[in-house]
Amino acid sequence: MFDQLSERLGAIFSRLSGRGRIGESDLGEAMREVRVALLEADVSLPAARAFVARVKEKSLGADVLASLSPGQTIVKIVHDELTALLGPADPAQARLHFSDAPPAVIMLVGLQGSGKTTQAAKLALRLKEQGRRSLLVAADVYRPAAVDQLCALGKQIELPVFERGQGDPVAIARDGVAEAKRIGLSTVLVDTAGRLQIDDALMDELSRMKSAINPCEVLLVADSMTGQEATAVAKGFHERLGVTGVILTKLDGDTRGGAALSIFDAIGAPIKFVGVGERVSALEPFHADRMASRILGMGDAMTLIEKTQSLYSEEQARSLEQKFLRNAFTLDDFLDQLRQVRKIGSMGELLKMVPGLSQKLPKDFTVPEAEVNRVEAIICSMTRRERRDPALLNGSRRKRIAVGSGTQVSEVNRLVRQFDETRRMMKQFGGKRRHFLGK
Amino acid sequence: MSFISRLKQTFTRARDGFAAIRTLGREGRPLDSAFWEDFGDLLVAADFGVPTTEKIVSGLKTVASQEAWSTGDQAVARFRKDVERFLQVEDGADLKLDVKPAVILVVGVNGSGKTTTIGKLAKRLRNERKRVLLVGADTFRAAAAEQLEIWAQRSGSEIVRGTDGADPAAVVFDGIRAGKAREVDVILIDTAGRLQTKTNLMEELKKIRRVIERETGGPPAQTLLVLDGTTGQNALSQARLFHAATPLTGAIVTKLDSTAKGGILVAIVEELEIPIAFVGLGEDVDDLVSFDPTAFVDALFADGLSP
Repeated sequence: MFDQLSERLGAIFSRLSGRGRIGESDLGEAMREVRVALLEADVSLPAARAFVARVKEKSLGADVLASLSPGQTIVKIVHDELTALLGPADPAQARLHFSDAPPAVIMLVGLQGSGKTTQAAKLALRLKEQGRRSLLVAADVYRPAAVDQLCALGKQIELPVFERGQGDPVAIARDGVAEAKRIGLSTVLVDTAGRLQIDDALMDELSRMKSAINPCEVLLVADSMTGQEATAVAKGFHERLGVTGVILTKLDGDTRGGAALSIFDAIGAPIKFVGVGERVSALEPFHADRMASRILGMGDAMTLIEKTQSLYSEEQARSLEQKFLRNAFTLDDFLDQLRQVRKIGSMGELLKMVPGLSQKLPKDFTVPEAEVNRVEAIICSMTRRERRDPALLNGSRRKRIAVGSGTQVSEVNRLVRQFDETRRMMKQFGGKRRHFLGK
Repeated sequence: MSFISRLKQTFTRARDGFAAIRTLGREGRPLDSAFWEDFGDLLVAADFGVPTTEKIVSGLKTVASQEAWSTGDQAVARFRKDVERFLQVEDGADLKLDVKPAVILVVGVNGSGKTTTIGKLAKRLRNERKRVLLVGADTFRAAAAEQLEIWAQRSGSEIVRGTDGADPAAVVFDGIRAGKAREVDVILIDTAGRLQTKTNLMEELKKIRRVIERETGGPPAQTLLVLDGTTGQNALSQARLFHAATPLTGAIVTKLDSTAKGGILVAIVEELEIPIAFVGLGEDVDDLVSFDPTAFVDALFADGLSP
């Protein structure tokens, strides 16, 4: 996500920061380019205009141009403004708020096809992992089989679904909340039918539903690929319902994500989550500052660290480190690592979060997942002893492994060689810095 | 209601987006750089996209100096003609379904409206007294087949569906075999939504196409991309990458009743030179209408609103 925008802005700013002196005309030129880059990324025209004006104003004031490294100061200003454009100054506002008295009611609203039903399930799963059990309420009685879809998802994540098939959505929502109270569930997620923000009758239905169930969150589910219309959609829903947060979906494609930069600007409701895939676990919290860093190609070390931390306990990290130091890292550990890393997401996305690396990766860089599969197959075709001690691997063993894993002997050779090199490198690395995981 | 007045009515929102352009034309402003900048901004705000906008503006500037125009209204009038010309693609409009059974493969990203569009398309074909078979090859999304089943009932079509998680290409294979055996006129294939950047899912699409080619001895009669009308510049990436995976013969733009921006239509036709076959203008089963570029532009620029 945001790759193309990153690339454009990265090029503009690396030119700028390379210079010792920046004149007003240089700045004007760069800002025109920034504006075009934003517009190409579907950032709304008013938001793009205001953004460029603010950056320009701040750069011209405070002796920025006369300072020692004006380019870097400007990049800093852009980063700050981008953060401000993406979300509220207080990150706590971007978290979900729950009512004091249970059940906490959350309504999901949006256009057709933005992904409400899927996000309802994703959110329910996320809350379940945090110890809040939800009742999913199927209040979309219009789209054929929408209720079936929610029921199927509910089964998948093992949470109850309140449904009545057809009927009055307002009554279904109200009874759903009552049901949650009765069976003692802490949260209710109401999936509503997709509708246009200009459809008066259906918008009226939503506002009646809101009065009936008094939700603590009204979340707008918006497609991140939306164009200039994004602001009109957000405003339309906000004016009628008072949107408290946004879930931005389909960010796993090649969208330039302009909608992300326009919606908060338009309605002041923070983006709370982003949908990054089709699996029910593919929902992530949104951090404006980190996203700004990612857009500017500065990497996102925080998210990377959190993702790694979620995988390794302190203890595991220490034992792994010890193994590196004692050169006791085996192919078994290597396979473990490989599987762990895969658990947190595609390697390509992870690599882009490494500060300084995102700019250096070739444009069409993809991690050859098939290659990773083959490595896994090769290691799995080795005996335990071989995995512990690759030195055992003579010609005939290698041949057997190649046959067993459906690969070539040359591939087995390459893996063993690479493993040896990695182990050597790890030893040096581990020796220099005592902590490198999760620190 | 006539087609044009219906279009006019439903494109009201798009007209609002263009109203600013029309106003700009009426102000009688001189053709200075400020005018061109405002003009360009308005196009961008209507989702024309920066490259298309630059192309249009520089083209207009050239003609302006050649013909020594003096005011903005001349530029706006010419712009209207340009839009219309852009949208004209030879052999547009009608769906060619010469072979029997004619296979229509429908593809698009998640949530663009494929299944609903297929339902409407089936109804349309049924009204033409065609025998229609729907094939539910979306075996991934929960309850996708149930949704298609309801549309089959509503439109009076037959249906072949796969079990959840089945190989979509196998479902297509079954569908085509069934369609041939039952001697249907049209086979409409509903595929799972996929983001155009997911290589493995695009490979799956290629496999579906290969199955169709093998079983019918030729490419699908129509391969239609369903695009969400509110999508911004990403629509171009969708058009390009779907076209690369399975060559498209047309596009269907949905949810056009919601958007104030018609610009992306121009950008898509410009990029791929495929016709916009239909546009979805609402929720009813009859709200899928053939796209007529002239009527579209007329509706956008006509002054009075008289349905």
